[in-house]
Amino acid sequence: MQTTEREPTSLLTVTPRRRRQRIWERGIAVLLAAAAFSSVFVTFGIVATLVVESASFFAHVPLKEFFTDTLWTPLFAEPRYGILALVSGTMMTTLVALSIALPAGTIIAIYLSEFAPPRLREWVKPVLELLSAVPTVVYGYFALLVVSPFLQKFIPDLSHFSILSAGLVMGVMIIPYVSSLSEDAMRAVPAILREGSYALGASKLGTSLNVVFPAALSGIAASYVLAISRAVGETMIVAIAAGLQPKFTVNPLDSAATISAFIVQVSLGDLPHGSMGYQSIFAAGITLFAITLCFNIGAHWLRRRFREAY
Amino acid sequence: MTINKWDRLAARRRKADAAFKVLGVVTTVFAVGVLALLLGNLMIDGLGRIDWQFLTSFPSRRPAQAGILSAWVGSVLLMLTTAGIAVPLGVAAGVYLEEYARKNWFTAIIEINISNLAGVPSIIYGLMALGLFVYGLGFGQSVIAAGLALACLVLPIIIVATRESLRAVPASIREAAYALGATRWQLISHHLLPAAAGGIATGSIIAMSRAIGESAPLITIGALTFIAFLPPPPFIGDFPWLSFEWLKSPFTAMPIQMFNWVSRPGTDFQANAAAAGIILMGLTLMMNAIAIVVRHRARRRVRW
Repeated sequence: MQTTEREPTSLLTVTPRRRRQRIWERGIAVLLAAAAFSSVFVTFGIVATLVVESASFFAHVPLKEFFTDTLWTPLFAEPRYGILALVSGTMMTTLVALSIALPAGTIIAIYLSEFAPPRLREWVKPVLELLSAVPTVVYGYFALLVVSPFLQKFIPDLSHFSILSAGLVMGVMIIPYVSSLSEDAMRAVPAILREGSYALGASKLGTSLNVVFPAALSGIAASYVLAISRAVGETMIVAIAAGLQPKFTVNPLDSAATISAFIVQVSLGDLPHGSMGYQSIFAAGITLFAITLCFNIGAHWLRRRFREAY
Repeated sequence: MTINKWDRLAARRRKADAAFKVLGVVTTVFAVGVLALLLGNLMIDGLGRIDWQFLTSFPSRRPAQAGILSAWVGSVLLMLTTAGIAVPLGVAAGVYLEEYARKNWFTAIIEINISNLAGVPSIIYGLMALGLFVYGLGFGQSVIAAGLALACLVLPIIIVATRESLRAVPASIREAAYALGATRWQLISHHLLPAAAGGIATGSIIAMSRAIGESAPLITIGALTFIAFLPPPPFIGDFPWLSFEWLKSPFTAMPIQMFNWVSRPGTDFQANAAAAGIILMGLTLMMNAIAIVVRHRARRRVRW
């Protein structure tokens, strides 16, 4: 793709028309490369915004207080900035969600990959994926107005807003992330391993658990890590159903605020640009970004290991 | 071991197999059942509220008179903005990565970057848009700032879908086009993009269904929860007949409206929330269904 003239003896004589075409082609290529590069700008924008806005926060609040204090009250007259209060809420809802999503997702994945007839699998997979397509605000409604009252019948001291009901509903939302990706990983296990296992007299369940599952382990682990990342970052369910009181707690019956719920709560009010409260949501945001980034890189790394396995 | 013992062992294993099969079915039914329960509950709570008045009224302090006019108009405008930005950009990026890019550090960075972007929580996009678009570039709390945020959010989905559907076009098409003297862009625009259109459309619809239900980034930007006016119309009486004033207008959207109603006490507002939820779910399910049909038809129509 050169725009310079060639020798007239060449078969491909550079006519003006051909030259115009080459310039056109070049232009298109540059344009497309710019579009591809725009995704890097998005990342750059995210990191730059978070760093710049939280820099003035951390100039004011020492890191030691940020990471060790257990009170998070940035909007009070006497503000305290201990991110642990939000991190503990985030961790607890994540744990509850995972206690649903990981077992259920794994069982469904094994069932669909090893036991279910192919036609059923073709139907069930897209239907399950609808679970992750439901707008999260609808899940929030469901958690607050259906699941919470239902759970209160069995657990009288469950508060109206609770980690438990938000986490349970979030867990259901995350099931397809685990089931779909794990199923893909298990189906990628070569049939010869299964046949070898059957030939040695193993049962279907034995083959699934002792041969297929370990062989697909890094793919399955990647789906788990992705599920954790989703649960940590999920916002609307917890903002609606888990409550907005930052509390250092490990009791799932309690209400608690998560990092993302705090950001929503502050954004709903009218905070002046540049105030401490405004900066505090970026400080919370960069914490959330760092946590999910670690999990995403972990998932990426696990998936690559899995790809190299065969 | 005697034959008898082997038989008993085999029987036990068959029982374990059957038991797991039951467990698998039960778990799958549980997951699908929650979805059905959620839909059913919304229907019971909200179906009675959906009528013409609900669709054509502004939100109100009185729940019985409240409607979702400004919310669905806002959602439509947001979708137009988001699709207008994300689809061309995502398709172009996908085409570049699949058809032009050589394997070097530049494309490696872009690829790692895209897979990481796909995992960034949506609220982080909201914070980025708040710092960058709302204050940094001075767009204010407007449709364009929100549309840009949602476009960034769904960009990875469209890029990945474009790449996958381009990859599915067989080499023979490329070779034939090049053999006849087509340039790279002629090959792409005349053959590859039409062949991949089904997959790209599927990805774009999925991306839009994600964007329409997204609320966290909009709240962060500062979507208002109570708007009793409509943005200026895109068509005007004078030349040039098109107006983009609406891009700068404050906005609300369906999920924001629903969130606002959910967080209010009182069953009347909750009925409104459920009604908004039905419409939101209906749109999401419809878009997903269209995507599944498009994918299915594209797969069947084209036989390589």
